[in-house]
Amino acid sequence: MTSLHPADWNPDTARAIVDAHAGLDGPLLPILRAIQAAFGCVPKAAIPFLAQALNLTRAEVHGAVSFYHDFRDAPAGRRLVRLCRAEACQAMGGEARAAGLLARLRLAWGETTADGAVTVEPVYCLGLCAVAPAALVDGEPLGRLDARRLAAALGAA
Amino acid sequence: MTRVFVPRDAAALAVGADAVARAFAAQGAEVVRTGSRGLVWLEPLVEIETPAGRAAYGPVTPADAAAILAGGHHPLALGDIERYPWLAGQTRLTFARCGVVDPLVPPGFAGLDRAREIGPDAVIETINRSGLRGRGGAGFPVGVKWKTAREAAGDLKYIVCNADEGDSGTFADRMLMEGDPFLLIEGMAIAAFAVGAARGFIYSRSEYPHANATMARALEIAHGDGLLGSFNIELRVGAGAYVCGEETALLESLEGRRGQVRAKPPLPAHRGLFGRPTIVNNVLSLAAAPWILQHGAAAYAALGTGRSRGTKPIQLAGNVARPGLYEAPFGLTLGQIVHDIGGGTATGRPVRAVQCGGPLGAYFPPALFDTPYDYEAFAARDGLIGHGGVVVFDDSVDMAAQARFALEFCGLESCGKCTPCRLGSKRGVEVMDRIRAGREVAANLALVEDLCETLKFGSLCALGGFTPYPVMSAIRHFPEDFAAPVTAAEPVG
Ligand SMILES: Cc1cc2nc3c(=O)[nH]c(=O)nc-3n(C[C@H](O)[C@H](O)[C@H](O)COP(=O)(O)O)c2cc1C
Ligand code: FES
Repeated sequence: MTSLHPADWNPDTARAIVDAHAGLDGPLLPILRAIQAAFGCVPKAAIPFLAQALNLTRAEVHGAVSFYHDFRDAPAGRRLVRLCRAEACQAMGGEARAAGLLARLRLAWGETTADGAVTVEPVYCLGLCAVAPAALVDGEPLGRLDARRLAAALGAA
Repeated sequence: MTRVFVPRDAAALAVGADAVARAFAAQGAEVVRTGSRGLVWLEPLVEIETPAGRAAYGPVTPADAAAILAGGHHPLALGDIERYPWLAGQTRLTFARCGVVDPLVPPGFAGLDRAREIGPDAVIETINRSGLRGRGGAGFPVGVKWKTAREAAGDLKYIVCNADEGDSGTFADRMLMEGDPFLLIEGMAIAAFAVGAARGFIYSRSEYPHANATMARALEIAHGDGLLGSFNIELRVGAGAYVCGEETALLESLEGRRGQVRAKPPLPAHRGLFGRPTIVNNVLSLAAAPWILQHGAAAYAALGTGRSRGTKPIQLAGNVARPGLYEAPFGLTLGQIVHDIGGGTATGRPVRAVQCGGPLGAYFPPALFDTPYDYEAFAARDGLIGHGGVVVFDDSVDMAAQARFALEFCGLESCGKCTPCRLGSKRGVEVMDRIRAGREVAANLALVEDLCETLKFGSLCALGGFTPYPVMSAIRHFPEDFAAPVTAAEPVG
């Protein structure tokens, strides 16, 4: 994945995030989510940092980060399209819709355009199955997708 | 000022509800945002308050706002939505308020009040007699689970709500969290009272940002207003892992680890979250409790069929003319659900296959449409109801591609703990590719069948254990799709 805007690792920001979650039981996942929200990804430096801060092994932190599909090691593009590939969307032609978008942007699943404008990721069900095919574009739901609606949502990208 | 009700359910937002709400506000109307009524093909569905009740219109665009407010006949008019046959034919217990009320105004907790009157043992007895079974998939009796947790020794116990609704074709948990979050909160409080739990968690998913925002706000209100006494509920959001819907993987994830399945025993009710007695129940199981407490076990048990009592919110999706949420007593036939309620396909082509119960559920052909919607009746036909998803496909579907996808999904989402699930699924994809290329079809089909046996009996949880349902049902009911070389077919991955 290309990353034109690598988020700078900032241990003070990370420390503040850890402190803000101090009262939680089993805080690793909420902390990782907050780290990704702050840095756009889970930077490599976060792993030894969190291991130390939470009294875990590096393997434990790395194991969790690598297990969950959401966590990325480089920031996404400026626009993030999460296209549903699950069955209800398949039934409404979602795969053809996805293939069209990927071809237009010259991307494979999970890739970012060379100019860093758009990342397209697969997702398996958004609970929008009754308005299939569906996507989340920068977190906003989009249903009854066709090429026109997708293009409109992405603007000039 | 005219009051106008516009949903802010994510499915309504996905087809433009926000712009519609803005258009009505710009016309001077007072806009109240609600959940969805569940008639999703009519979204954005707008209701106008009139002296004679609420008048519905749908699907509405911003350009329609002025004409609708002006009154008189409008081509999108649906009349009183409560009398609209699709809604009037339902038995809405769990979804009675969803789409009607402002989700962030706390209602009374009549079910919880009743629970406190009768005491914990009587609450469990009531749930037992209602016949309520788990709505997340496995259909385990809810009262039995609660009793086990109540009797388990421990000073700290947990209620965990499984809101990791990952099954394709399902969205009832999401709709409830967005449209009536206080019903779930009340249900969790009843469970906590029954088993003596001090803390609760709702484990939701990152794919549901809107549900999570509404749920978080409702929890803030409930705690701030002291509606739950000393019971505390915390919302946690997953990070994209289907298997975390499996209850022991979910507990691992809550504790901050990889979502790997735990061997059972011990049961979570004995040793669950952080080693404490824990109830894990689906959103809809917990949200059924308030009605049962308020109206009595007998009233709930009077609905349904066989050992499937009460109502089930059925979620109709995929290639279907009238997709949405239909809450009805168990016992409708699959054909009634697909044709009478769903109106057949959206494309107008013949229905060819229906996948019930999510990605681990079987594909049913129209020849089995007489199957009643009932846990045992589905099991007898090698299928499952699961969380209530019904996904319709028309005759353009390639069932070999669907079987391949089921195996691919299993490999993609496997937690990695057991070999059949992790590796068998990948091998299955390769074999399916050979079948689809027309290579040694008979021998390779036998191989898939073998692999499915291994998955079924060698997997720790139902991810590997149930993947054979979609695969084998596709092969058994649609053999013609596995017979000849497929040309111009793209692999899914
Ligand atoms: C792979 C897999 C995914 C599951 N996903 C969910 C889910 O998203 N929601 C849910 O309530 N149950 C899910 N379950 C079932 C849970 O393990 C468990 O049976 C359920 O949460 C118990 O609650 P209930 O008795 O109220 O249904 C899943 C099971 C498996 C094997
Ligand atoms: S299957 Fe695509 S949103 Fe559910």
